[in-house]
Amino acid sequence: MATFTGLSLNQKLKIFQICSLIRHVETEISTRYSSGKMRCPVHLSIGQEGVPAALSLLLNKKDFAVSTHRAHAHYISKGGSIKRMIAEIYGKSTGCSGGRGGSMHLTDKKKGFMGSSSIVGNSIPLGVGLGLSLKLKKSKNLSIIYLGDGAVETGAFFESINFSILKKLPVIFICENNLYSVYTSIKDRQPKNRKIYKMVSGLGIKSHYFDGSKPFSFFKKLEKIVKQTRQKSEPCFIEFSTYRYLEHCGPFNDDNLRYRPKKELDKWNKKDPYINLKSILEKNIKLKNRIKDIEKKNIKTVNSAFLFAEKSKFPTKRDLEKNVYKKK
Amino acid sequence: MYTRKNKKITFIDAINESIHLEMLRNKKLITFGLGVNDPKRIFGSTKGLVERFGSERVFDVPTSENALTGIGLGLSLGGNSVLMTHQRLDFFLLAFDQLINSISKWNYMFDGNSGTVNITIRLIVGRGWGQGPTHSQNLQSVFSHFPGLRVIIPTTPHDAKGLLTSSLRDPNPVIFLEHRWLHNSEGYVPKNNYLINLEKSKILKRGKDISIITTSYMTAEIKNIYKKLKDQNIDFEHIDLICCKPLDTKSIISSVKKTGRVIILDTGFKTNSISSEIITLINEKCFKNLKHRPVRITAPDIPEPTSYGLTKFYYHNSDQILNKILSIFNKKINKLKLKDTIHHDIPGTWFKGPF
Repeated sequence: MATFTGLSLNQKLKIFQICSLIRHVETEISTRYSSGKMRCPVHLSIGQEGVPAALSLLLNKKDFAVSTHRAHAHYISKGGSIKRMIAEIYGKSTGCSGGRGGSMHLTDKKKGFMGSSSIVGNSIPLGVGLGLSLKLKKSKNLSIIYLGDGAVETGAFFESINFSILKKLPVIFICENNLYSVYTSIKDRQPKNRKIYKMVSGLGIKSHYFDGSKPFSFFKKLEKIVKQTRQKSEPCFIEFSTYRYLEHCGPFNDDNLRYRPKKELDKWNKKDPYINLKSILEKNIKLKNRIKDIEKKNIKTVNSAFLFAEKSKFPTKRDLEKNVYKKK
Repeated sequence: MYTRKNKKITFIDAINESIHLEMLRNKKLITFGLGVNDPKRIFGSTKGLVERFGSERVFDVPTSENALTGIGLGLSLGGNSVLMTHQRLDFFLLAFDQLINSISKWNYMFDGNSGTVNITIRLIVGRGWGQGPTHSQNLQSVFSHFPGLRVIIPTTPHDAKGLLTSSLRDPNPVIFLEHRWLHNSEGYVPKNNYLINLEKSKILKRGKDISIITTSYMTAEIKNIYKKLKDQNIDFEHIDLICCKPLDTKSIISSVKKTGRVIILDTGFKTNSISSEIITLINEKCFKNLKHRPVRITAPDIPEPTSYGLTKFYYHNSDQILNKILSIFNKKINKLKLKDTIHHDIPGTWFKGPF
């Protein structure tokens, strides 16, 4: 296991803890969704936990992060309140956005998670602006911008990369390439043989590529990149290969639609980051109980979040107009 | 009344003063836009800023209208105040994703939990001298469709300064529209900064016979015929709308209830416009008070052509405006020749083009 050199046991356990937490939250949403209480679209991150799990160790609450329609994992990894996230999906007044935004519009300002957007590419400039605000404050903090392979096709993406290079901003673009924009394969959207990270590097930004399903393998390199971005205040772009296991939007598996080749599914099912991290750690028999404890604690967190959401009240009619215009 | 006795300044200088004073007061205020630091400084409105406040706070930008708008939102959520400027409104249309899907509803969508949206966007609207279809669009009605945006149109140097200052301190996004033909207008302006209510229209003159409601350059057009209207014994009330969104419905309703007659003059296209909205409001709220059907003067539902030969027929001149008002009272004047403008496509001899 030479590739894991340098990772302390604590780091490995922490990465697994976040990965497992995301998996349990998402699985619980998927399981309970049919009860009809979560009445908004959900884009689950099952299969894509590896990247946010690793990043969670490298960021602090003064670092900013923004995300996409598939934001749960990023919000959780940044330390966002799970209670308030589930309440938001339930449309309750205790939700992080007061029930106005739903699953696709999450925020936890105290933890530096500034927002997520349903429109592909839309939150990228937002993260760049947050990066500029940090630079103006001469802060050593970072702005993390999560995006997918679809967002790379938007104009906002190119405009944002250009500006971040021009202004030397402390911004890291995290591209989770899961190969699909809804049901449309990257093969139908981008030229054959393109490597996104190579194309982006041509714009003049430092660019990297990792297998996103193997956080133990890329963690030390990622740690170094994050450290350098802080020190130098220079943007960088990282492409991670990932795969979502469930449908684009919703709680179910949609492999019956056959838009993803069997060979591809088989390949990625073997790469499940949660299963693999767990089995790597469990090879050490002494860790079995620690793993069990971590999982138990995560399940408890998830259950209490759902209980909180269930018990919370819906916003009232009085709340409907609130904050269309903010009072001073 | 004013600290600067006998000194009139232009609309552009009033804008410039507001930005200077506000940047001095608020160290977090950042201003950017294509041309803010170029030799012409957005018609002079950004002169002296970079020299005084440095290139970190006042900077030129890539031609990336959409991303830059989102970057403004990020700056604001990160604790800054933001002033963006576009030399022509039409270019800002590239930024509609950021404006509509994010900025306009950010306060609402996150229930105010994701920072402050302290953003003002100056958009300059052209007219005449061949500005043509894509340099002359008065889109206040379009912006006014969206909940959460403020749409402000000042028409005097005094209001330009006060309204811009208020906009720069407001925790909501403001679309701040400047008509290019008003840029050289002069007026007395207090030296210090001051605030003007962003939700209140301005009653420029009280009267009981008719409510004349104007936006943007149409306010100046009506001021030009004040005397002629008085000569015709029309005791008119003149409301400068100033805020297109949210609309000051109270001022409109109470005026029309009093006068029973109304004409709306707007620089925007006719269909689905501010003028349509105001007439609907009047029909809903004071239909019974009307002594005459509501009347409006707007741009036609035609893009502004470029040709000198065609623009002659595109805009209403003072004669036509006056006669339209007189027609409400069954009056008409022939061959008024109110305006001795040399050319119909310039606001005055100061305007030498090109934009």
